[in-house]
Amino acid sequence: MTTALPIRASWREATSALRDGVVKLAEYVATPLVPADYLDLVSPLRSGAALRGRIVAVEPETAAAATLVIKPGHGWRRHIAGQYTRVGVDVDGVRQWRAYSLTSPLDRPDGCITITVKAIPGGVVSNHLVHRTRVGTIVQLDQACGEFTLPETCPAKVLFVTAGSGITPVMGMLRNRDDRLADVVVVHSAPTSTDVIFRSELGRLAANGHIRLVELHTDTDGMLDAETLEELVPDLAERETWACGPVGLLDAMEQHFEQTGRATKLHTERFRPNVLVTGEGGQVSFAKSGTVIEVDGVTPLLDAGEAAGVLMPSGCRMGICFGCVAPLREGAVRDLRSGDLTTAAAGDGVLIQTCVSAAAGACDIDL
Amino acid sequence: MTVIQKKADNPIAHLSAQDVETLGAELDAIRADVVASRGERDAAYIRRVIDAQRTLELSSRALLLVSLFPPAWLAGTAGLAVAKILENMEIGHNVMHGQWDWMRDPKIHSTTWEWDHASPSEMWKHSHNELHHTYTNVVGKDNDLGYGIMRVDEDQRWVPLNLGQPLWNFVNACFFEYGIAAYDLELGKNWSSRKDNAEFRRQGKAVLAKIRAQMTKDYVVHPLLSGLSAPTTLAANTVANLVRNLWSHSVIMCGHFPEGVQTFEKKSIDGETRGEWYLRQMLGSANIEGGPLTHLMAGNLSFQIEHHLFPDLPSNRYQEIAPKVQELFERYGLAYTTGSLPRQVASAWQKVIRLSLPNGFFDKLKSVRTPTAAVEVVAQLTGTRPPTRERAAA
Repeated sequence: MTTALPIRASWREATSALRDGVVKLAEYVATPLVPADYLDLVSPLRSGAALRGRIVAVEPETAAAATLVIKPGHGWRRHIAGQYTRVGVDVDGVRQWRAYSLTSPLDRPDGCITITVKAIPGGVVSNHLVHRTRVGTIVQLDQACGEFTLPETCPAKVLFVTAGSGITPVMGMLRNRDDRLADVVVVHSAPTSTDVIFRSELGRLAANGHIRLVELHTDTDGMLDAETLEELVPDLAERETWACGPVGLLDAMEQHFEQTGRATKLHTERFRPNVLVTGEGGQVSFAKSGTVIEVDGVTPLLDAGEAAGVLMPSGCRMGICFGCVAPLREGAVRDLRSGDLTTAAAGDGVLIQTCVSAAAGACDIDL
Repeated sequence: MTVIQKKADNPIAHLSAQDVETLGAELDAIRADVVASRGERDAAYIRRVIDAQRTLELSSRALLLVSLFPPAWLAGTAGLAVAKILENMEIGHNVMHGQWDWMRDPKIHSTTWEWDHASPSEMWKHSHNELHHTYTNVVGKDNDLGYGIMRVDEDQRWVPLNLGQPLWNFVNACFFEYGIAAYDLELGKNWSSRKDNAEFRRQGKAVLAKIRAQMTKDYVVHPLLSGLSAPTTLAANTVANLVRNLWSHSVIMCGHFPEGVQTFEKKSIDGETRGEWYLRQMLGSANIEGGPLTHLMAGNLSFQIEHHLFPDLPSNRYQEIAPKVQELFERYGLAYTTGSLPRQVASAWQKVIRLSLPNGFFDKLKSVRTPTAAVEVVAQLTGTRPPTRERAAA
């Protein structure tokens, strides 16, 4: 035993030195690319690769919604029920990133994850995912994140208030529920009964006594408001609540919980707004330099940044050389040549040409 | 050729300022059509080319592990040369132009791409995209006109060093990637200025690091991995790099040097409009005729005119818009310079050889009757001696 330890230690050192040597050699062999560029040709989902997933099935839920079953790469870490993942999908050749709630049970035998997408009218990505996704497609993934989850010690009484695709994170929680979730009420709104995602599964959960389900149809019942909710859930004041749905519903919920002094008992999940309101010009902030300026809708961001003393990369100043490209962290810009709008939500980092782009609302640029 | 502004038969004299702007608007419309229709088909194209190139390079290098066996050497060398050409021409050059940036794929993006070449992408993008594509064929502004080592226009001053330019051009062709690196570094200017130039030293270090990595790969690591086949693999990699250099040099010479291409005066671009910029690109570039394989191997720079008009459009679209562009040339009475690869290469070389001598050297020599007069003419043309008293008085 006295000699085994040093031997084992030196063996470990030797193997780690060998591994480093092999990696170094592979880098020499692959330069100016990296070994991963070649490995991606044969095994895009291997461990150590950029996180991706392969779509293995597309299961329709309603006429406008579908569940995508995704086999994630080896690097995927387990998520917590209620969290979302960012999915990067190529639509018409352009990489688009969107966030979708994970709806799968954590212990799926095939190791797959699922997201459930509702096609929004005019939605570039959602329509593509629901109606035009081909099985076998590789999508980009991010590790799951989000705070819209159940706490370690569950409250005795829980209320879920959802509308439309807002049911998706809640379904993620219901499918992963354990004995802790004993007294659950789900109030879910959708335009009509045929628009209710997971309708039969919710019905089964209710029939088996796992949840009390209140299904509302906004086409006939109107939008859910706080008063109606109090009527539907008489013990509302005793329930810790998780709400997910359109902005109007969440605002109403927040207002109600604020007024009743229970703001800490409400958890909400806001998806990105479908329509980004864009004006002419806006406030532009440069994240790295900390400069914030007001810019009109006709001045290229490059000129505006330079005038404000920001160190802007630049080139031809006419939109051909791409020497000025910088990541738009968040916001909206308009291409001065075509009038096209490019938008970015937090974390997107869409690369824009600052010499031909003007602010079309507030923007945050990574310079 | 001489700058267009000094020509007796100025090929754009028939165009009014309004014509030029209308022409510009028509070109904008062609561009807009392509931009609006960019999509999945184009993305699939570049991904297919990249995958094919990487597969070809890997399999060629695998073959070369047993390059002692002559058929393996031949196939491996040919495959590697083709892979290197594709990587530089259809992939590297075009990706670094931002032609595929619209896909928003960080792996196929002008800001992240590094190519199989001695010049680091950052430096190449500056000298090529910003300087050459902005100042195309403006004498004194566009260093691509002869790369600072040759005279390729009558309006460039002749110096005795130009006598050797056919030789320089051949040497440059063989070591083209290093020539480009030295050029991107503005080696001549920076070296002779002897200034303590921190930026130059930083860039110099980057170039040396890049060259070291490239050479280690091709001339040390891959040969050593081949074991007994080390010498033959070394030879194969040398040949592949040489073939790639000669090929890319030829294609690039055809872009701006052949007969028929116009050059421009420095002050002519002051306050240049969008239409005038387009016109300069139309007249300052030349195409190569050929089949699909020629276009692919040329990185579609065989559509140099279309590329210079729209440097950031995907390369697979140049061939599609070429007929529309050519129709514009005809309608506006302009010459669309094009020819087969051998013809254009010959034309470019002819110019390099002709301009190695002072302007009008042969014409003047023809008029000479006596040996002393010949010496006189040579001395005057080359500026090696001041003019004689009689001529100065005259």
